[in-house]
Amino acid sequence: MLAYVIRRVLQSIFVLLMVGLVAFSMFRFVGDPVENLLGQERTQADIERVRDQLGLNDPFAVQYVKFLGNALQGNLGVSYRQGRPVSEIIAERAPATLELAGVSALFAVLFGVGLGVFTAIRRDGFMANFIMTTSLIGVSLPTFLIGILLIYIFAVELGWLPSFGRGETVKIGWWSTGFLTESGLKAIILPAITLGLYQMTLIMRLVRSEMLEVLRTDYIKFARARGLSTRAINFGHALKNTLVPVITVTGLQIGSIIAFAIITETVFQWPGVGLLFINAIQFVDIPVMAAYLMLISVMFVLINLIVDLLYFVIDPRLSADASTRGH
Amino acid sequence: MEAVSNFLASDLFYRFRKSPVAVIAFIVTALLVLSALFAPWIAPQNPFDPGSLNLMNGFSQPGVPNQFTGETFMLGTDDQGRDVFSTILYGLRISLFVGFSAVMFAMVLGSVLGLIAGYTGGRTDTIIMRIADIQLTFPAILVALLIFGIAKGITPPSYRNEVAIWVLILAIGLSDWVQFARVVRGATLVERNKEYVQAAKLIGRKPMAIMLKHILPNTLGPVLVIATISLALAIIAEATLSFLGVGAPPTQPSLGTLIRIGQGFLFSGEYWILLYPAVTLLALALSVNLLGDWLRDALNPKLK
Amino acid sequence: MSKRSKILGLLLTTAMVAGTSVFASAETLRWARAGDSLTLDPHSQNEGPTHALSQQIYEPLISPDMEAKPIPALATEWMVKEGNANVWVFKLREGVKFHGGEDFTAEDVVFSFNRAKMESSDMKELLVTIKEVRAVDDYTVEMETEGPNPILPNNLTNLFIMDKGWAEANDVTKPAEFDDGEETYAVRNANGTGAFMLESREPDTKTVLKANPDYWGKGQFPLEVTEIIYTPIQNAATRVAALLSGEVDLIQDVPVQDLDRVAGADGLKVGNAPQNRTIFFGINSGDADLENDNVEGKNPFADVRVRKAMNMAIDRDAIKQVVMRGQSAPTGVIMPPFVNGWTSELDAYPKADIEAAKALMMEAGYGDGFEVTMHCPNDRYINDEAICQAAVGMMGKIGITANLVAQTKANHFPLISGKKTDFYLLGWGVPTFDSEYVFNFLVHSTTDDRGSWNGSRFSNPEVDAMIQSLGSEVDLEKRNETIAKIWQVVQDEQIYLPIHNQVLNWGMKSNIDFPVQPEDQPHFKFMKFN
Repeated sequence: MLAYVIRRVLQSIFVLLMVGLVAFSMFRFVGDPVENLLGQERTQADIERVRDQLGLNDPFAVQYVKFLGNALQGNLGVSYRQGRPVSEIIAERAPATLELAGVSALFAVLFGVGLGVFTAIRRDGFMANFIMTTSLIGVSLPTFLIGILLIYIFAVELGWLPSFGRGETVKIGWWSTGFLTESGLKAIILPAITLGLYQMTLIMRLVRSEMLEVLRTDYIKFARARGLSTRAINFGHALKNTLVPVITVTGLQIGSIIAFAIITETVFQWPGVGLLFINAIQFVDIPVMAAYLMLISVMFVLINLIVDLLYFVIDPRLSADASTRGH
Repeated sequence: MEAVSNFLASDLFYRFRKSPVAVIAFIVTALLVLSALFAPWIAPQNPFDPGSLNLMNGFSQPGVPNQFTGETFMLGTDDQGRDVFSTILYGLRISLFVGFSAVMFAMVLGSVLGLIAGYTGGRTDTIIMRIADIQLTFPAILVALLIFGIAKGITPPSYRNEVAIWVLILAIGLSDWVQFARVVRGATLVERNKEYVQAAKLIGRKPMAIMLKHILPNTLGPVLVIATISLALAIIAEATLSFLGVGAPPTQPSLGTLIRIGQGFLFSGEYWILLYPAVTLLALALSVNLLGDWLRDALNPKLK
Repeated sequence: MSKRSKILGLLLTTAMVAGTSVFASAETLRWARAGDSLTLDPHSQNEGPTHALSQQIYEPLISPDMEAKPIPALATEWMVKEGNANVWVFKLREGVKFHGGEDFTAEDVVFSFNRAKMESSDMKELLVTIKEVRAVDDYTVEMETEGPNPILPNNLTNLFIMDKGWAEANDVTKPAEFDDGEETYAVRNANGTGAFMLESREPDTKTVLKANPDYWGKGQFPLEVTEIIYTPIQNAATRVAALLSGEVDLIQDVPVQDLDRVAGADGLKVGNAPQNRTIFFGINSGDADLENDNVEGKNPFADVRVRKAMNMAIDRDAIKQVVMRGQSAPTGVIMPPFVNGWTSELDAYPKADIEAAKALMMEAGYGDGFEVTMHCPNDRYINDEAICQAAVGMMGKIGITANLVAQTKANHFPLISGKKTDFYLLGWGVPTFDSEYVFNFLVHSTTDDRGSWNGSRFSNPEVDAMIQSLGSEVDLEKRNETIAKIWQVVQDEQIYLPIHNQVLNWGMKSNIDFPVQPEDQPHFKFMKFN
C-alpha cells in the first residue's frame, strides 16, 4: 500500500516536471516579450540588453531549470507586464476565479441534478423531452457567444444585470469576496450561468441515465414490491445511488470549469486568473504564464492522485492488481 | 445489398424510425454535410478567392440591392463584401473537415493506446495512463493553444496558412484522445478477464489478434457514442479557439471564425453576419448531439 | 512683488477657489478603455494607456492639452539660452505642491530627468540628446544638449516629474529593472502634482482617483470631475455594452461599427478627432531575393514599377467607406497632417486604377503576377485584420496572390524588427510632431541607433546623411528644405504604401463636454458637465 502511494506520488512529480518542460518550450513560440516591454522608440541595442536581462538568450532548458529552482524556493518570479511578484498577483486574482467557479459548479449541480431527476422520472413526457432538447442548445454554441448574447439581453436590452466586472467587493483578510454586496451578487449571475451551462447539461444527462438504470434494477423493483412510495424510491434510493458518479464527474469537471473560465472571464472582464492568463499570452508575460500552467497542473495532478488513491481504498481488487504490477 | 437489407431489418434501424427526433436530426445533419460537400456547385460565389470580391459590396442587407453596386445577396454580405450564404457553405466545409478529422485522429489514437494499455497492463499501462494524465492536466483549450504556438514556431511564416487547418485538427484531436483511451482501456480491462479471451489466449492466439478480433468490437458502442458527441465538441472547440485568435485564417473562415467576426456586429444592426452562421452552427451541433444522444440510449442494452 | 507675498497671494486665491468648490456637486466619472496602464512608475513604460493614466496624477514640464498642443504645466516658460544654442532654459511654476505636501522645486526636475535617462527607463530614447540637466536656482532649470536641439520641448510632454524626497524615502530612485525580482514602491503608488490623486489601484481591475484639493490649476481649468473610476474592459462588445447599459460614462476605443448605435442611444454621444497615427504597408524593396515569395532568384518588390502598381491597386476610398465606415482619412504619405513637413501635395493619393496598375506589372515583367506572404497584426490597430483582408483582395486584382497571416502584435512586431517579413502592416504615430522622427525609425538604414523599424530595407547613404543632418540643423528653413527633399525620395521610390490616418472615437454620456484628444489621451481636468 505505502509502496504504491509513494510510487504514485513520484509519478505525479514526474508528470509535473514534464508539464513544466512542455510549457516552457511553448513560450518561445507565443511571441517575443521584448517588443511589448519597450516603447516605439527602442533601438536594436535596447532589444539585446533586455533580452539578456530576462535570460531570453539562454536555451529554454536553462530557463526552465532556473524557473524550477526559484519556484522551489517559493519565488514564481516577477510579471513583465505589471512589475509585481507573480505569487502576489495570483493570490489577488484567485478569489475571483474560485468564487466564479464555485457558483458555476453549484449552479450546475443544483440544476443538473434537479432537471436530471425530473427528466428521468418523466422519461417520455413532453416537458422532459423539451428540456432534454433545449439543454443541448446550451452546449451547441460556443461559450463566448452565449456570454455575449446574455450580456446583450440582460445588460443592454433589459438593464437588469451588469455587463462586466465583479461589482463591489469586500476584503476579508487577503480574500476579496463579491458575496457580501448586492452589486457583487448581481455581477456573478451572468458569468456563472455562462460558465456552468455546459457542466449543467452534462450532469443533467448523467443523472438522468444513471437514474434510468437504477430504476430498472432488482433492488428498486424489490423496494417497489415492498410497497415503498414512489417518492421514497425516487429520492431515497434511486437518487442516492446516482450521487457517486455525479460527485466523481463534478470533481473531474472542476478543472474544465477553471480552464473555460479563461473565455468567460475575457467576455465579462471578470478579474480572475483566467483573464490574467489571457493578458499574459497577449503580452508574452512568461513568468505569469508559467506560474498559471504550473498551478493548474498541480491542481489536476492532485485531483487525479486523490481519485486514484480513493479507488485504491474502495476497490480491493485494484490493490491486488497493483501489488502484482511489479512482476 | 445484403448488408443494407440486414441493416433495414435490424433492431437499431427500427428504433431509429420510431424516434422522430433522431430522424429529424439525421436529416438536418445529412443536408448540412451534403451542402458542405457540394459547396462549390451550390454557392453563388467563391468567398475564398479574395481577388474576385468587391469590397464595395460590404454590409449588403439580405435581399436588398447594394447601394453602390446594385448587387443583391440572399443572406447579405459581411465586412469584406463576401456573400454570407456562400461563406457559410464554405465555412461549413472547413468546420466539418476539422471536426471529422480531429475526431478520427483522437479516436484512432485513443482507442489504440487504450487497448494496448488495458490489455498489456503493467509498465506500458502506467506510462500510457500517465501520459493521459499529463494530457488531462492541460485543459483542451490550453493544449490547443500550445500546439498552435509550437506549430507556428516550427513552420516557416509563408506556409502558416496551409498548415493552420492541420494544426487545428492536431490540436483538437490531441486534446480529445484521452476520453477514448479511458473508455477503451476500461472496457478492455473488463473483457480481458472474461472466459472467451482467456480461452483465445490458451489456444495460442496472438495478443494483437485477440485485441482486434475480440476486444475491440465490444468497445465499439461506447466509442461511437463518444465520437459523435466529440464531433459536436470539436466543431465548438474550433469556434472557441477562433475567439482566442488561433482559429482558421480570416481569408478561409470556418463557421467559428465567421461567428467570431460576426459577434462584432451584434450591436450595430448587421445581425445577418452573426445570425446565419450561428444558426448553421447551432443546427449542426444540435443535430449531431441529438444523434449521439439517441445512439447512446439505443446502444445501451439496459435501457431497452 | 516679493516671492513671499506672491506665494501668499497664491495661497489666498487657492483658499477662495477651494471655498467655492465645496458647493459644486460631486461628479464621479466612470472611464473605461481596452487596456490598463501597465505601471504607475512614470518612467518605466513609454506606452499610450500608461501615459494616459499618469497624466492625471503626474505632470510634465510642458503638457499636451486636449488638442495635443503643448501648454505650460510645471514649467511656465522655456527658451533657448541667449548666446548658447545648446542650452534650453525652463522657468518653473512656483508654489506647486506634490500630493504628499512636498514643495516642487528645480531639484525634483533634475532628479526626474536623471531618473528618466537611466538604463532601465523606457523614456531615455526621447532624452538621448540631453547631456546635462542642472538647477540654476529653485525655479530655473537648464538642459544642455549634445548639439542644438530645436525640437527638444516636443519630447517632454510625457516626461513626468516625481518628488525627489519621496522617491528616496521609498527607494525608487531608479525605474524597475526587469531582473530586479521584486516590485518597487512606485509601481502601485504615486505622488505627483496633478489634478487627481491616487485613491486605490487594483491593476487590470479598477483604479480610483480623487480630485486634488490643492491643485495649482484651480481657476484655470474646469476641474469639475471630483472622482475617476477607471476600469479596463478588454472585449469590445462588452465595453460597448457597458456604455449602452449606463455602467460607464466614457469609453475610448469604440469599434467603428458601433458608432451609430452609441450615437443613437438615449443619453449617449460620440466624439471624434483625427489621430496622430498613419496606417501603411511596408514592402521589402532592399533585399536581393525574398524569402516569402514564389519568384526565384530575384525580388519583385525591388522594381519600383511593381511598388507603384501596388500603390495604384489600393482602393483607399473603398477601405474608408466599408472597412472603416467613414472613420479614417485616406492618405498618400506615411505621416499625419500635424507633423512638420506635411503638405497637401504629399497627402494626395492616387485613385485606384486596376488597368494602369496591371499595365505597370506587365511592363515590369510580372504580367502573370506572383505569390507573397502578407503579415498583419490582429489586435493592434482599428480593424487591422479587415484592412489586410481587403488589401489581399486588391492585390489579387493585379495578379499578386497575397497569403494573409494575421496574428497578435506580440508575434507580428518581432517579424518587422527581425526583418523576417517582406510585406506587412504597420501603424506609426509621431509624438514629436516632426518628420525627423519618422525618418529616423522608418527611412534611415538600420544601424545601432537608427532605422530599427525600417522593414523596407531601403538604404541610401545620401538620404541617411540628410537625415543625420536634421538633428543639429538650427536654421529651421534649411532644415525644412532637407525634410522636403527626403520626403520626395520616399514618395518617388514608393518605399511604403500609405493607407490612411486613423480617426479616434470616444463614446460618452451626452451631458459630458469633452473634446477627443488626438493622442488618445484624455485630460480630465478639462472635462465639463452640462
